[in-house]
Amino acid sequence: MGQEVAASLSFDEGRALEIIEKLAQLEGAMLPILHALQEAFGYIDQRMVPLVAQALNVSRAETHGAITFYHDFRDAPAGRHVLRICRAESCQSMGCERLVDHLRIAHHIEPGQTSADGALTIESVYCLGQCALSPAALIDDEPVGRLDEARLDALLGQLNGARA
Amino acid sequence: MSARIFIPSDSSALAVGAEAVARAVAKEAHARGLDVLIVRNGARGMVWLEPLVEVETPQGRIGYGQVSARDVPALFDAGFLQGGEHTTRVGKVEDLDWMRRQQRLTFARCGVTDPLSLDDYRAHGGFAGLKRALAMTPAEVVEEVVASGLRGRGGAGFPTGVKWRTVAGAQADRKYIVCNADEGDSGTFADRMLMEGDPFTLIEGMIISGLAVGASKGYVYIRSEYPHAFRAMQRAIEIARAGGFLGPDVAGSGRPFDMEARLGAGAYICGEETSLLESLEGRRGQVRAKPPLPAVQGLFGKPTVINNVLSLASVPWILAHGASAYAAFGMGRSRGTQPFQIAGNVKRGGLVELAFGVTIRDLVEHFGGGTASGRKLRAVQVGGPLGAYFPDALLDTPLDYESMLSAKGMLGHGGLVVFDDSVDLARQARFAMQFCAIESCGKCTPCRIGSTRGVEVIDKIVAGVAREKNTELLLDLCDAMTDGSLCALGGLTPMPVLSALTHFPGDFERPAPTRQTAE
Repeated sequence: MGQEVAASLSFDEGRALEIIEKLAQLEGAMLPILHALQEAFGYIDQRMVPLVAQALNVSRAETHGAITFYHDFRDAPAGRHVLRICRAESCQSMGCERLVDHLRIAHHIEPGQTSADGALTIESVYCLGQCALSPAALIDDEPVGRLDEARLDALLGQLNGARA
Repeated sequence: MSARIFIPSDSSALAVGAEAVARAVAKEAHARGLDVLIVRNGARGMVWLEPLVEVETPQGRIGYGQVSARDVPALFDAGFLQGGEHTTRVGKVEDLDWMRRQQRLTFARCGVTDPLSLDDYRAHGGFAGLKRALAMTPAEVVEEVVASGLRGRGGAGFPTGVKWRTVAGAQADRKYIVCNADEGDSGTFADRMLMEGDPFTLIEGMIISGLAVGASKGYVYIRSEYPHAFRAMQRAIEIARAGGFLGPDVAGSGRPFDMEARLGAGAYICGEETSLLESLEGRRGQVRAKPPLPAVQGLFGKPTVINNVLSLASVPWILAHGASAYAAFGMGRSRGTQPFQIAGNVKRGGLVELAFGVTIRDLVEHFGGGTASGRKLRAVQVGGPLGAYFPDALLDTPLDYESMLSAKGMLGHGGLVVFDDSVDLARQARFAMQFCAIESCGKCTPCRIGSTRGVEVIDKIVAGVAREKNTELLLDLCDAMTDGSLCALGGLTPMPVLSALTHFPGDFERPAPTRQTAE
């Protein structure tokens, strides 16, 4: 799908309100709204909190609480590409921690970090349901399985190529 | 007539290049002026063979395994459209040992049909269960599910029909069906495979459930780590609605049922049913105290059936073939079949649906073919991150709810993760505590604080600091977590820890520096 993170640093209140209003009528609209905001802006801006709270008739604290509870929601934009590497048991059994070490040593990046040029964010994830193809990862929502150091290098190389 | 070629769109197949294979086949066929129809089916469950390309021939569907885009011109040269010989040819797929030995009820169509074709679904027995359910009274449908012996496939094993009976008997202006598709356990992927490969089965199961208990609205809560499954479910729901199976008049019955897919947000705890309900309502996914049970006060305070994907997806078969046909499978109090998932360090990983009672060894050795690394098998973790590690000596334990409990383990969602002899079980025990600390919802102290203390105590034991005293402390902590936690996360985290300590005590006693040489 090659879905680039549509990160937009300029906060557009009108656009945010439009997204919120479109979904506010759903039962339990909080998560659908937060997902839609993050998809549009690449992260959940602090300034969106009161807008969401008002639309759903909940407190800002409850909105903040929901945002911070879930691992998915970011308070700052991610890199242009996101690699989510699985570190759960099945991938451990096939050496995923070696891949994490390799990322640190050869690519100078660790889970939880974004590269200095803003090209790549690495995140840890616990299970992608690709356990018969461990070690596995998601690159911008596309699954990759049977990873090893060489395949990881090639994939990161492709991402760099796509950027240039 | 054009030749039909099946290339899975299941995300496991995509993870090893199925998309490139599909593009190459289309390009090559076009270049050769051949008329082919490419069907994007789900996965058969032989994940190690992916991408598994199948061609329809008069002899049946012939498979070609681990096909890469580079193989495609040679496959055409070899006449694969007629089932021609090639190094990747595995023969008639249904005759493969892996397939023949299974009892595929819930997964009968998965990998066979086009997941988004209602015609295909009907042609392969789809909606037969709904048809029969519509001819019965709601109470009869509930009793049919009770009689089948179906138990919650999410891990708890509570009788599904009994849950339905409670919801059916509750008085309320609104009731809900919620499907728990927050399949977060490592080593499990059956829910994902079914939602990507045969989503209408789940939809049919939810419709039947809704009609049986008097609920008109359903939600499928799918984890965000499954973007493909989420999209497949969304599309399937739209298609089912357009086909008249969802909406105010289900299949011309005059009765309403509609449903929506909802996306989780990366919290393992939301696989716990009350936490999932909180999340669906738009709050932090914090566990609720029970009672009240969700069947009495569930989603938005209304009576709610909350069932796992596999429980609901078993219902169409049960209604179509009858409760006694389903109950004829299995052993003891575990009736029917379980889709087992073989994963981790294993030669042939994938999904195997069999009656309860198959042994761990049969799955990891016969189906799985031993370790992928070729080293000696050392442990199998059964039932996800909260399940026990089994040593070789216990691999003959039959997989059913009761046998697993008496072996101080649990079946969970039926996932098996294989480890070779490079595994360090003290490290795995530490990870269990660490995972609990990361994923704890924070509501109760034994889980929130106990998990962090658990990591620290295991570190001390491994480092040789007052080993005996700290081991005793760890056992005590495990007791506190087991007895004092609100839900299964804190309550079961001690299971992998204690199994590691019981079956692999040596791993906790080795001096730390030499443990690095296990590689």
